[in-house]
Amino acid sequence: MGSRTVNIGIGNDKKAVTAMPSYVPSVPTSNPSLEHVVLMTYFSSTEANTIRSSRIPDLGTLEQSLGFRIEDAVDLTRNPLFNQIKSSTQAIADAQFGAINKTLASADNNLSAAIVGSQTLTLKKDTPPNLVSISAGRENWGDSNMADASPRTDISTDDTDEKNQRFERGQTNAIVASDSSDRSKDKTDQKTLRRLAQNREAARKSRLRKKAYVQQLESSRLKLTQLEQELQRARQQGIFISSSGDQSHSMSGNGALAFDVEYARWLEEHNRQINELRAAVNSHAGDTELRTIVDNVTAHFDDIFRLKGIAAKADVFHILSGMWKTPAERCFLWIGGFRSSELLKLLANQLEPLTEQQFMGFHNLQQSSQQAEDALSQGMEALQQSLAETLANGSPGPSGSSGNVANYMGQMAMAMGKLGTLEGFVRQADNLRQQTLQQMHRILTTRQSARALLAINDYFSRLRALSSLWLARPRE
Amino acid sequence: MDKVRDLASKKAAVIFTKSSCCMCYSIKTLFYELGASPAIHELDHDPSGRDMEWALRGLGCDPSVPAVFIGGRFVGSAKDVISLHVDGSLKQMLIDAKAIWF
Repeated sequence: MGSRTVNIGIGNDKKAVTAMPSYVPSVPTSNPSLEHVVLMTYFSSTEANTIRSSRIPDLGTLEQSLGFRIEDAVDLTRNPLFNQIKSSTQAIADAQFGAINKTLASADNNLSAAIVGSQTLTLKKDTPPNLVSISAGRENWGDSNMADASPRTDISTDDTDEKNQRFERGQTNAIVASDSSDRSKDKTDQKTLRRLAQNREAARKSRLRKKAYVQQLESSRLKLTQLEQELQRARQQGIFISSSGDQSHSMSGNGALAFDVEYARWLEEHNRQINELRAAVNSHAGDTELRTIVDNVTAHFDDIFRLKGIAAKADVFHILSGMWKTPAERCFLWIGGFRSSELLKLLANQLEPLTEQQFMGFHNLQQSSQQAEDALSQGMEALQQSLAETLANGSPGPSGSSGNVANYMGQMAMAMGKLGTLEGFVRQADNLRQQTLQQMHRILTTRQSARALLAINDYFSRLRALSSLWLARPRE
Repeated sequence: MDKVRDLASKKAAVIFTKSSCCMCYSIKTLFYELGASPAIHELDHDPSGRDMEWALRGLGCDPSVPAVFIGGRFVGSAKDVISLHVDGSLKQMLIDAKAIWF
């Protein structure tokens, strides 16, 4: 059915009312049915919005639960049962729905009573009321999906007899029970009862459907978080979540993820070796034994530099981002790793006693690493500047001209080339780190090297612990 | 190759670069930090730049730039220079070639 103009038939006088400029609540007069009509048309008009939103709760939902449309109760006075309903449900109305009553009371006390006089009632106080649904197509109501709240601005009521019937159907069971006994229209009562039952049934089904849907959503959400957790755990355990099943190939294929996994494994092995070293140092093991373990640790360091090189080829920005390190470590990130000079500074006081030669050597190493770091840092800055200049050079002129397109493509090509040199910087930075560690071992004795490695590991362990604390901190 | 050798022998410290190469910029900066004043030859601004680049690659320089010569002898690319610098050899080479004095 299409939209219809408001066409209210009330008993004797059929009136077409389209909109009322204002709603004036008044005590029911000798012709209260007209008052009700006015009420309904008011609700359907746009001007009703202000009052509607402030005072009238979501009558749409209200309707749903009631199982009948409020408009059906329009012509209450025509219903011989009206007074009966009023008396039996007035108390409920007053108790539960002050808001409704306030608005409806003066003009339509009885209407509100009828509304509340139903089995279940849900009232939404916050949403803008969808009063327009009051005027939903009448024919569809009983059987249609109650969730359908598409606003329709037409009220249409047919003859009052049918309205009376619908109103009657909207009554409580008790009222209906007392209703059917003394009436002369038994046949219509039967139809009334059936219709009433159908409406209730439809409303209940709708509620159940909604409940089922919400439950489904909830369980899906739970499942999703569960899956995410599983995936996280699996990643940490080194399972390659990738399309390629071959482990040896997937490392170079997956870039960032593969490297994170490799790094985690490397760190585990590194910690194991450090523990072995610590045990040997504490047990005052001989130099040869210490030397073996120190060499193992150093060789293991070479492993991670090699892995970083492969990863930088695949995804230089992942290495540069430091996302494979913990947050606190990332604080000190320099071109994809630690600063050698910082490491040496850390060790400077912990390696005493040093011979004169060792002291000089250590000092020179500190200076060299600092100089190399400066040089690489300046190169990175120059790269940044150059990249910015490349991208900033826009060419003036009408957009879309072929010259501009060629310029743009040239610009991009040049920028791409510059980005490609980033890998070289990461490689040289790692080279510096590796060389610094190797030179350090050349300067120090075996025992000093062992202590140095333990000290370095202590420092980074504390940084990683700090990261964990930080991540677990209570947040407001 | 001849041009490379020729230019390399002209000064104690010689670096072949390209104007757009930022790693070259880093190596140059390192030399300046050490107090050396190396001769800089930009291959992209030299007419025989392509040949020279080919010659440098032939020497084993990868990437072709920066290519460092000290005392006329080929030292290497960025990686070699940094490694030599960390273990102190670079400074000694420069002193020996009289590129720096301390």
